[in-house]
Amino acid sequence: MKLKLNIWRQEDANAKGGFETYDLDGIHGDMSFLEMLDILNNELVEKNVEPVEFDHDCREGICGMCSLQINGEPHGPDKGITTCQLHMRRFKDGDTITIEPFRAKAFPVIRDLVVDRSSFDRIQHAGGYISVNTSGNTQDANSIPVEKENADLAFNAATCIGCGACVAACKNASAMLFTSAKVSQYALLPQGEIEATERVLNMVHQMDNEGFGNCTNTGACELECPKGISLENIARMNREYLSASFKG
Amino acid sequence: MSVLDSKVPQGPIADKWTKYKNEIDLVNPANKRNIDVIVVGTGLAGGSAAATLAELGYNVKTFCFQDSPRRAHSIAAQGGINAAKNYQGDGDSNYRLFYDTVKGGDYRSREENVYRLAEVSGNIIDQCVAQGVPFAREYGGLLDNRSFGGVLVSRTFYAKGQTGQQLLLGAYSAMNRQINRGKIQAFNRHEMMELVVVDGKARGIIARDLVTGEIERHSAHAVVIASGGYGNVFYLSTNAMGSNVTAAWRTHKKGAFFANPCYTQIHPTCIPVSGDLQAKLTLMSESLRNDGRIWVPKKKEDSIAIREGKLKPTQIDEENRDYYLERRYPAFGNLVPRDVASRAAKERCDAGFGVNKQGQAVYLDFKSAIHRYGKEKAFTSGHKNPSQEEIIRLGKQVVESKYGNLFDMYQKITDENPYETPMMIYPAVHYTMGGLWVDYDLMTTVPGCYAIGEANFSDHGANRLGASALMQGLADGYFVLPYTIGNYLADDIRTGEISTDSKEFEEAEKSVRNTIDKLINVNGEKPVDYFHRKLGLIMWNKSGMSRNAKGLEEAIHEIAELRDEFYKNVRVTGKAESKNAELEKATRVADFLELAELFAKDALHRNESCGGHFREEYQTEDGEAMRDDENFKYVAAWEFKGKPSEAVMHKEDLNFENIELKTRSYK
Amino acid sequence: MYLINIKCTFGVNFKQIVMSGISKTSIARKFAMALSGLFLVLFLAQHFTINFTSVFSEDTFNEISHFMGTNFLVQAVLQPVLIFGVVFHFIMGFILEIQNNKARVVKYKKYSGGANSSWMSRNMIFSGAVILLFLGLHFYDFWFPEIVHKYIESHPEDATRYYSETVAKFAGDPIRTGLYAISFIFLMLHLLHGFASSFQSIGFNNKYSRALTVFAKAFAVVIPLGFIFIAVFHYINN
Repeated sequence: MKLKLNIWRQEDANAKGGFETYDLDGIHGDMSFLEMLDILNNELVEKNVEPVEFDHDCREGICGMCSLQINGEPHGPDKGITTCQLHMRRFKDGDTITIEPFRAKAFPVIRDLVVDRSSFDRIQHAGGYISVNTSGNTQDANSIPVEKENADLAFNAATCIGCGACVAACKNASAMLFTSAKVSQYALLPQGEIEATERVLNMVHQMDNEGFGNCTNTGACELECPKGISLENIARMNREYLSASFKG
Repeated sequence: MSVLDSKVPQGPIADKWTKYKNEIDLVNPANKRNIDVIVVGTGLAGGSAAATLAELGYNVKTFCFQDSPRRAHSIAAQGGINAAKNYQGDGDSNYRLFYDTVKGGDYRSREENVYRLAEVSGNIIDQCVAQGVPFAREYGGLLDNRSFGGVLVSRTFYAKGQTGQQLLLGAYSAMNRQINRGKIQAFNRHEMMELVVVDGKARGIIARDLVTGEIERHSAHAVVIASGGYGNVFYLSTNAMGSNVTAAWRTHKKGAFFANPCYTQIHPTCIPVSGDLQAKLTLMSESLRNDGRIWVPKKKEDSIAIREGKLKPTQIDEENRDYYLERRYPAFGNLVPRDVASRAAKERCDAGFGVNKQGQAVYLDFKSAIHRYGKEKAFTSGHKNPSQEEIIRLGKQVVESKYGNLFDMYQKITDENPYETPMMIYPAVHYTMGGLWVDYDLMTTVPGCYAIGEANFSDHGANRLGASALMQGLADGYFVLPYTIGNYLADDIRTGEISTDSKEFEEAEKSVRNTIDKLINVNGEKPVDYFHRKLGLIMWNKSGMSRNAKGLEEAIHEIAELRDEFYKNVRVTGKAESKNAELEKATRVADFLELAELFAKDALHRNESCGGHFREEYQTEDGEAMRDDENFKYVAAWEFKGKPSEAVMHKEDLNFENIELKTRSYK
Repeated sequence: MYLINIKCTFGVNFKQIVMSGISKTSIARKFAMALSGLFLVLFLAQHFTINFTSVFSEDTFNEISHFMGTNFLVQAVLQPVLIFGVVFHFIMGFILEIQNNKARVVKYKKYSGGANSSWMSRNMIFSGAVILLFLGLHFYDFWFPEIVHKYIESHPEDATRYYSETVAKFAGDPIRTGLYAISFIFLMLHLLHGFASSFQSIGFNNKYSRALTVFAKAFAVVIPLGFIFIAVFHYINN
């Protein structure tokens, strides 16, 4: 199929970016979206044009490195997948595809479609862990049974891949779904409960400092999340945060 | 006596590690504050090592090319992690895990390292649970286990199909705690370009900031390489796009021996290649082989009709299907180890029975599983005489609950519904058992330079068992390296900070700049991918699942030629002083082009078939691997001498005192 | 009911966090927004109940209105609290909107909001602004005349004037009736997202949430329609 691509190009963080249009031919439905970009890039190199920079790594939907706002939606029009799992059969011959970087003040553009998501890392640094030594002198893994229901909920929260689609989709560029997933995972496990108060206060504080917007419960994050992280986690974090504020 | 000293402690195998820990030198906490350690790579091995070293008090700097440590490719491991906990009471023990691993590795690993691995495996689970890793649990609240690839006990712990991700996030959280304490400085989007050796010791690295293009000098008292495997030398593999050999290869060029480069694991259940321009292969969990049956048509004309789209697999009757694994290996059937299953698939496809357009695929069929589960389910829910439709409906439900996410993934990629038509699978490069040679301390032949996880060669011999990679990465990082490195660093407490102004750093930086300038200035006509793809084809065709002397000799020749062409005709667009993905790829492919030659050379010298290394000349009449313990019971560790073609081999003889050498048989 | 819930969940002293945390953290801000919103919903229910009596009983309406208009507690305590609640809710709404806008400096060229969220949830500021304009009209119609009547011109108490005054506003005035109806439609849109979502904001998400959401959405539709009905009823009947 033939496609017209409208792609955001930006030399570096300080440069003023803009859209460039590229025509691409010979794309098959079985190709993944990123393979389509590989082909574009190889064509650009052959024309001596600098290729389009985009983040990607595992290409099987688990590392969270790929991003891209495709036709106005993070990870493209399909739900429950990352950009690397999107296949070209989703598009038609003659389509125009607009590709932009994830946009948020807290995700500054590094180059072209590559954004800096280290704000997510800093939220994790602030408390996304259980303070246990890695010495190996811990108690036996089965010494504290965990209710299966909670273990499953914790697992569901833990499946977050940190891709940032929640922020990209949110009209307020809020990072509540990301932060709440981590807060929930630990709050639901007996091992993590002990530090729950400090953790939620610190992580929310860091989240706010990074310049993410406020949550207005539009629910866009949950729908666009490639791993289907539930909004319930946000409610849980609100609860944890408010009760922590009283205690603290 | 070989130049290689594995430094294995004396005494009975079960006591060695304890004895070792009791006798090594320790660094007191006040002195640890004055010692810096660099960790390159932040996957399971690197991440867990960095966290533990920082917690002990060392100043740690981590480097990864991804934008966050959480993205390392350990994340993609699906199935699980082995540990000899014996929670199921099915007779598991450290010895059994040790035995299974050595046997699975086709008796080409070092006994003592493997025993230690088995010994600390249980502790890994304790550690991870304490860190909040949400392993699967039973209704009673205790941890669940499942069985995996070719062993007789249930010792695999798992977190649905995302065990690697959850374990990595555990290690990442431990890192975060130390980053928050200021004990780890994380350099993300950085690539190690060179190891710096001062007075014979590893004292730092040269790294490139992948965002600004800046070349940086970083010094330390020890350097840990945890940069993973080199499967991407095949271009198409299940590795991440960024996975590369550069850190390990540059270390090799600075004096670290490279061991058994030809040991590659080809995973049998991947989604077949669909086109020439494909960039990446996707793995389907090995767990599918628990219920799926693998087959190709018995009649060649059926295969041809399928390839031409004239026949559908569902139209082929049972008697015309060849369930070749069940036929050849009645005892293990579809659950033979990975190397055996992969080779059998290739054998059928090479014989002309392949079933996709390219003739490079076999079927993985769930029809009988659906029937079996459907009947069971109907029976247990009270339908003693269910209709055929009822059985199929219920069976699909059961299969969905077990493998739903994998089936969805398959459908997303191939646009075919695996509940209705059999899946197509084909082997793909997945893991490399070879890597930097290390002694019992996990130290390479460069003093002060360590290699852990997939980057070293130590534990899996010639073939790795399923669910053991995660185990090894975490064992090395959490429980082994933190002890052994102390033994070395104890001598460094008075050294003080290592200066980055020395001539060694200057030379290393200059050499990196030269490499980059050279690549940018070629200004040829072909993009980097062109060369990488070509290299992959040579490797796959002549140094892949099965190899022969003629092919390998050709490969060595062709690789060297391709390398020359690369330096004449590659085009790297853009500048060195900015984010430049083409340049990143170019530096990595340049190293793959060298490693590939050593790989083929190693494969050519090893005149036997063992594990992932199958030489066509060395097989039994019915096509099974023929190991040669008399002549090849050793580790081949290659020393760099200016060019891959001139590499010199050193042997580390393998002694099996606790396990009797046998021919692996899964019949 | 929801207030009780909040108290159960968070103890009694929520005022403290609302006051101290408002400007500080995003979660406190949305908590404050939700609480003030829930308070206004409560007021709306009360207002509707009283108004609805005007449809069937002139006397009841007059009686309650007179009580509300003259009772010291209502006038001196509840009325200021209500005004504070309204002012707080809309000022906070604007502050949040400004902050949220700042969180994405460069906007998307193509943004398919409709693919993942409702129009209502994305346009609370717009529906809110319409409601605010309506409040201006409503104050002009009722509240200012009432204050002038009671406190500036100091007319003697008359417990029977309310019904006729109210009805007179709508009788034979299609424009006013129309404006009221349109405003209530926007109130409906505002409530359709706001009411149900406030439970999420205060951390209430459990097995009762689904039922509560259904109730909140029903409320969001029924109450504004009811208000429209009252306005149209008086327009037609008189």
